[in-house]
Formats: sequence, structure tokens, C-alpha cells
Amino acid sequence: MSEVALLTARGLGVTLSGRVVLKDVSLALSAGHLVALVGPNGAGKTTLLRSLAGLIPSDGIIEIGGQALSSLPLRERAKRFGYLPQGHVVHWPLPARDIVALGRYPHGATDPARLSPRDTEAVLRAMQAVDVMQFSERRVTELSGGERSRVALARVLAVEAPVILADEPTASLDPRHQIDVMKNLRTTADSGVLVVVVTHDLGLAARFADHVLVLCEGRLVSQGAPTEALSEQVMADVFRISAYRAEYQRETVIVPWADL
Amino acid sequence: MSVQAVTVTDEDAVRRRMGATAAIAALVAALVLISLGIGPVRLSPLTVMEALFGSGSEVSQVIVREIRLPRTLLALAIGAILGLSGASLQGLLRNPLASPSLFGAPQSAAFGAVLVIALGLADVRSYALPVAAIIAAFGSVFVLLSIAGRNAGLLILILSGLAISSFAGAATALVMNLSSNPFVVLEIAFWLLGSLEDRSFQHVVLALPFIVVGAIMLFSQRHAFRALSLGEETAQSLGVDVGRLRLFVISGVALGVGGAVAVTGTIGFIGLVAPHLMRPLVGHDPGRLLVPSALAGSALLLAADIAVRIIPSTSDIKVGVLTSIIGVPFFLYLIMRERRALGGGVA
Repeated sequence: MSEVALLTARGLGVTLSGRVVLKDVSLALSAGHLVALVGPNGAGKTTLLRSLAGLIPSDGIIEIGGQALSSLPLRERAKRFGYLPQGHVVHWPLPARDIVALGRYPHGATDPARLSPRDTEAVLRAMQAVDVMQFSERRVTELSGGERSRVALARVLAVEAPVILADEPTASLDPRHQIDVMKNLRTTADSGVLVVVVTHDLGLAARFADHVLVLCEGRLVSQGAPTEALSEQVMADVFRISAYRAEYQRETVIVPWADL
Repeated sequence: MSVQAVTVTDEDAVRRRMGATAAIAALVAALVLISLGIGPVRLSPLTVMEALFGSGSEVSQVIVREIRLPRTLLALAIGAILGLSGASLQGLLRNPLASPSLFGAPQSAAFGAVLVIALGLADVRSYALPVAAIIAAFGSVFVLLSIAGRNAGLLILILSGLAISSFAGAATALVMNLSSNPFVVLEIAFWLLGSLEDRSFQHVVLALPFIVVGAIMLFSQRHAFRALSLGEETAQSLGVDVGRLRLFVISGVALGVGGAVAVTGTIGFIGLVAPHLMRPLVGHDPGRLLVPSALAGSALLLAADIAVRIIPSTSDIKVGVLTSIIGVPFFLYLIMRERRALGGGVA
């Protein structure tokens, strides 16, 4: 990569209750890229995402915008990473607007009823970007899965962080909403944000990502443009499948086909 | 659409919330007046007001300010801290069935206090009592949350709570069992039932500092509770120090409940009921639920303490007995109402 990397990791390792989950992961990711993080179940994808956000302790060095993550206080980290967890859990039936407003928490706007004009603007921008204005006052617990995923995405966008880390944002959504989420993330990346997406859908990864990271048993085994990173060799070695490959409307198509 | 629409509807919600909070505050004020007026000598709210502010007859001033005010103040403060503790625990655990009494905090606090009384370490009006109660309450909540872990399901919470309160109960029973003085045993037994009778300003001074500090600690975390609606991990990613939050809640609940138990014995279920009464009125935002829950707790305990003075009976009904008699069916009703969600949560 020619550009200066926004997020880098060197020799990243994570051990959770005595088990090595990540080992010696090094990467350099640039602003404006949509990066897909793929790998079989248990490969350490979520762990990598969490450690990049500083949510779990790790060995090695992580740098964001040239600063060591470990030197940043919690609040400063929170401003730099928008973290979208799996499942879009919300424990209380709060209105969608208040959920999105929580995205301003790192900026000191801890009370959704008292947002500064700047925070209000950020919230509205985020809600408009993913088209959830019409749910503003609805309780998130009453929304459909697809609607809820968009509210969750708006919450992350409202942080206006240079990096967004999304853990399986398309899981348990219908195909239309999967494409919807990926398109929104693509647009976000195009606006200059580094977006890292964990996904099991190699087709979506190949189509929407600029860069693919393949994790296997805690190690980064392949990375690069989708067609390179997801080569036939990698598909066979890591996923133990063969895939149908084609090009459709000038975009890469990869469809997992048969087990090996 | 856009800016105006969003701001306008939001102001509606704020107005509704403020209205509900003001109404419950007014109810608390009315209950305070009634509570001060009730007793062997019945005084009208007007007489109570006069006596309270230094006019009126000397007799009514003595009755209101010296005899009844400590009891009313304790009901007010203890009800508030119990309601606030319940709302805070529900916010921390993101679970509407969390409460200090279900987790064994008052029972443990009572054990701490009973131990001090039985060992003869201190008389019932020394600071040793609340300090022992607070330490025991802290221990119980700390153990519970450690067992439960970060993303505890309800099953684990309730089972650990059951275990801890049973243990505290057994330990208390053991202390009474081993105690050689039957008078001490009788005193402990009655004290455990929970009562506000014959409390003086000494009791107020004993409990209030702890209750106030506990309340401040819990209230300071209100915004963190809101972020926690998204789960611990996401809250942490938003800049909430979840470890610190937990410590604040454990300490706040322990200070409040320990301080309260030290002067009144165990009074249960206020912390469970109060937040539930307020949710339909002020919404589910766990940060905004704290003050209304505290007010509702005050109203509940004041009302219960008025009720035990009005209900005709041959011997005094203890207020702690009454709150549990009302609280437990309410708890069962909650379980029934949340059955579906619980089935999912427990699995």
C-alpha cells in the first residue's frame, strides 16, 4: 500500500484464559478502505476486532493515526473507533433517536435530551445517511431486524470516528438488507473512513471490499485485494472449499461451491 | 422532517417526564405530612406544617419535630436509597428483576449488624453497626457480581442471589443460635423484621451520611447506565469505564443499603417495585429512571410506614414485614409478565 496507514498492528497477540487466540498478527490499513475480515469459525476474527478497538488486552503494538493505542485514555479511544458488535443488542426499549445519540457519548454528549447543536447535527447526519429518520421516535425493540441494524449503524456513524469496526453486521439479515448494510458501509468508506467488517459471506466480501484479511487459527494467513487474498489456494487451505468465480457488472463474484 | 421535527417531539417527552416526576414528588410531600400527623395524637396536615416551621402549640411542635420527624426522615431517605439502589442494579445488569433484596444485600447487611450486636462489640447506636452492615453488604454484592461475570443471564443472578441470601440468613441464625443471652436474641429477631418505630435523631445521624454518599455515587453514574443499554462491550467502546462503574454501583448500594439496614433492620422489595412503577410514566431510559425511582421508593416506604400505624392489630406490624408481604406477590406478577422474555433469557 502506498498511502500512509491509518491503523497498524505489529506482532499482535491475544491470550484468553490460557488459550492463544491470536498470534503475531501484523497489518496496516488505510483510510477510505473497506476491509473484510474473514476466516472459519473460531479463527479469532471477533478477537482481532476487539483488540484493535482496545476492548481487550493484547500483546504487540497497535497504532491509530501514528499514536500508540495503549497511550490513549478510554475517551480518546472511543472517539477514534466506532464499534458495532454482533447482534445489535439493546436492553431497554429506548427510542431510536436516543440510541443514535449515544454515538455522541465519547464527545461528552452523555445526555440525549441535551445535545449541543453540533451533536444534534451529527446525529441527524448519521440518521439521514442510513435513512432511519422515520423511526426516530420508535422504540428500537419494536423495529424489524433490518431496521434495527440500520439504527445500530447510524449510532456508529454518529461517533464520526476515523475507524469503524463492525462485527458481522449482515448476520441474520435477509439478502436485501445485507446488500443495504454493505452499501452503507461502502459509502462510509468512500467518505474517507476506514471500515473493517467481519463477515462469513465471502461473496459480499469479494464484491464490496478493497482489501481482505484472511484469519486462520489466530494467524493472518492471507491478505490483499479480494481476488488475491481469496485465491483458490486459500479457499482450499483455509476454508476447505472450492468456489465459483466470475465477474458480473464489472465486479468480482465469488460463490462458495463445494466442500473439499 | 429533520431538525425541527426531532426536537419538537423530544420536548414532549421531556415535559411528560417532568410532569410525572413533579407529581410523584408532590405525593411524597403529602405522605410526609400525613406521616408526621399520624400517631396516638392525630394532627391535621395544617397543624403539622405550623409545628414544622416553628409556630403552633408547643405540644404539637414537640410531637412533630422531636418524636415523629426522625421516623419520617428515615422513611424518606431509606425509601429513596432503596428505590435508587434497585434502579441502579437494574441499570447495571440491564435486567428488570434485579434488586438489592433479591441479591441478598439487606440480608447480608443484617448479618454484619447482628454479628456486632451479638458479640457485644457495640451498642445499637454506635457507628460500628452501619460500618459492619456496609462491609457485609459490599461483600455480598461483590461476590454476586463476581460469580455472575460480565454478561450474566437472569438464571445465574437469581440463583446466586438466592444462595447469598440463604447463606446470610443461615449465618444470622447461627449467631442467634450461639448467643447465650435470650434478650439479645429476642432483640435481634424483632430488629430483623424491619421497623421505623421509635427512631430518634441519633439514628438519622447514624444512617444519613452513608445514605447520602451512596446516593451521590449511584446518581453520578446515570449516563453510564444509559450507554450500558447497548451492552458492556459497546458501552466500553463508547468510553465508559465498566470496571469503575461496577465498583461505584457495588459501593453505592452497599453504603445505602448497609446504612439503612443498620438503623431499621431489613426492609425488602422497595428496590424491586419502585423502578417498575415509574417505567410506564417516565420511560425505560435507565439514566432518567434514577430520580423518579428514588421518589417512588420514598413514597412506598412512607405509605407502608403509615399503613402499619393505621392497620388495627393487637401488636405492631413491622414495616419490613408489610413491604415483603406486598413485594413478593408483585415479584411473582413480574415473573409472570416477563415469562416469555425470561424463558429466552434463561435458556
